[in-house]
Amino acid sequence: MTAITATAGTSASRKPRRGSISRERRWALRWSYFFLTLFAIFFLVPPVYMLITSLKTSAEISAATNPWWVYRPTLGNYIELLSSPQFLTYFRNSAIVSITVVATTMLISVPAAFALSRMRFWGSATLATGVFLTYLIPETLLFIPLFKMFAVFGDATGIQLINRWWVLLLVYPTLTVPFCTWVMIGYFASIPRELDEAALIDGANYRQVLTRVFIPVALPGLIAATIFAFTVSWAQFLYPLAFTTSTDQLVLPVGIITSLIKGDVFNWGQIMTGALLGAAPPLLIYAFLMDYYIAGLTAGATKG
Amino acid sequence: MADAVMGPVTGARSARARRFGLRNAMRRKSMIAFTMTLPLILLIALFVVYPALYSLNLATLNRSMERFVGLGNFLFLFNRETFWMVVKQSCIFALTAVLFKAIFGFVVAHFVHNIPTKGQRKWRGMLLVPWVIPPAMSCLAWLWLFDPSYSAFNWIFEKFGIGPIPWTGDAMWARFSVILVNVWIGAPFFMIMYLAALKSVPEQLYEAAAVDGANFWQRTWYVTLPMMRNIIAITALFSLIVTFANFDIVRILTAGGPIDLTHVFATWAFRVGIEVGDIPLGASVSLFMVPILTIAAIFILRDIHRRGNEA
Repeated sequence: MTAITATAGTSASRKPRRGSISRERRWALRWSYFFLTLFAIFFLVPPVYMLITSLKTSAEISAATNPWWVYRPTLGNYIELLSSPQFLTYFRNSAIVSITVVATTMLISVPAAFALSRMRFWGSATLATGVFLTYLIPETLLFIPLFKMFAVFGDATGIQLINRWWVLLLVYPTLTVPFCTWVMIGYFASIPRELDEAALIDGANYRQVLTRVFIPVALPGLIAATIFAFTVSWAQFLYPLAFTTSTDQLVLPVGIITSLIKGDVFNWGQIMTGALLGAAPPLLIYAFLMDYYIAGLTAGATKG
Repeated sequence: MADAVMGPVTGARSARARRFGLRNAMRRKSMIAFTMTLPLILLIALFVVYPALYSLNLATLNRSMERFVGLGNFLFLFNRETFWMVVKQSCIFALTAVLFKAIFGFVVAHFVHNIPTKGQRKWRGMLLVPWVIPPAMSCLAWLWLFDPSYSAFNWIFEKFGIGPIPWTGDAMWARFSVILVNVWIGAPFFMIMYLAALKSVPEQLYEAAAVDGANFWQRTWYVTLPMMRNIIAITALFSLIVTFANFDIVRILTAGGPIDLTHVFATWAFRVGIEVGDIPLGASVSLFMVPILTIAAIFILRDIHRRGNEA
């Protein structure tokens, strides 16, 4: 807003015409809306196209009519997928993995963030930096040694980890915990010291300070971290692709890609339906908790 | 409050006992703090630090992992043409994608910042959708949009008399496609970061610039960009790491094809290490990501420390 007012201001100082200010502002606004619409179309075409295709029958897709329009809308793809035991297995695996990982992440990162932000101990500053560095290590660097590690572990102990969905419960926290700890350190550090000192003087122990003071006060940060942990574990693709192969062990993203794409036969109606259903949980969370979601996004770089 | 009054009563104990008690309390506090961070330390040590070191070890073994070959795997890679193609493609992919994400994000953030505050929420909500959808899912949509025979884009272009574009079939177009999808996924993140930064620039600076007669470009160059330099740098570095190590997009859209021309480090490491089964060679390939990641990480850390000291 300021930018436009300012442009108008310079020209108005020379020729004091009242009309020109509002006219220039109106034009700047129109251009903004015009370009925003273009960008919105670019950003929304793939999800909209998913929806369009998911409402079509295979016959309509292969008839090569206008791909952007549904002539005979049908919910057949949705009914078929939601009643297929295979797809429901993927969905269940994904849900169990994501929810468990979120719980584990919170149990690990909240106490750690509390200790790192409030209780200085030997090496705590180094550890905080280390946590942040871990967040910068991509999963693509670690999947091969992890794969071999699990194979060796399986040979040595007889406990099979490869091709079991619960191996994901071990590796997903490495993706979520560092970021959540880092964000929570930032939120905890912004709580005034007087608050926990008052609680300590009142005779609270550290556990009580954490559960009665810090968690309620930093609740927005906690929600943001929870959303982050959920979306990351729901969307993770590389680890399940590398570590699981049997159809009953797959999670949703890998399941859709490996089982719906059979050889050269692409049933695009079903693939798009599956993709849309797979994208639904994060989208729903985003729709209802947008502000927390965005707070979590920006916190990674601006806090701490 | 009532408890606070009791403070001096406990303080009446002898000085020696208090000092002793204090030291004890400090030690206990340290112990509690350590126990609280123990799960975190174990997790990082077991599933991040150990595998990272283990991959260094793996990279020096032969294919059956029985014999030590030193730098043999690396020498083997250096002599392969595909490897140099992967290096080139990874760099082109990461740098171009980050550059365009940054430009798109900056432009979109400006437009969103320009419109009245009331409508900003709605637009921001719409424009962030690509970032929210799991990449594997949105890549499927792109794969279908790029389909060789049913491409919905080609259907539109045909109406304008433009011939069918081989989106993932031709090497140059395939490179363009993977970058396009990466920009589509990543630009909204830049937009959100820049929008937050734009909102933190004090309005007085723009007013002062306007009084001095600065035009739009001058205001962008001399006020907006310097004020946002930190956020721009840190977002670009974050994105560089993520883009350089990207796996999902290339894997789903082209799987490295046509003839290995779009492979990046991560997808080629997956192909060699997991699909072909040469784990040591795959580990060596992914280790080549380390130098660039380290450089980016050093810059990010420096930036964060500097801001920590300013605060």
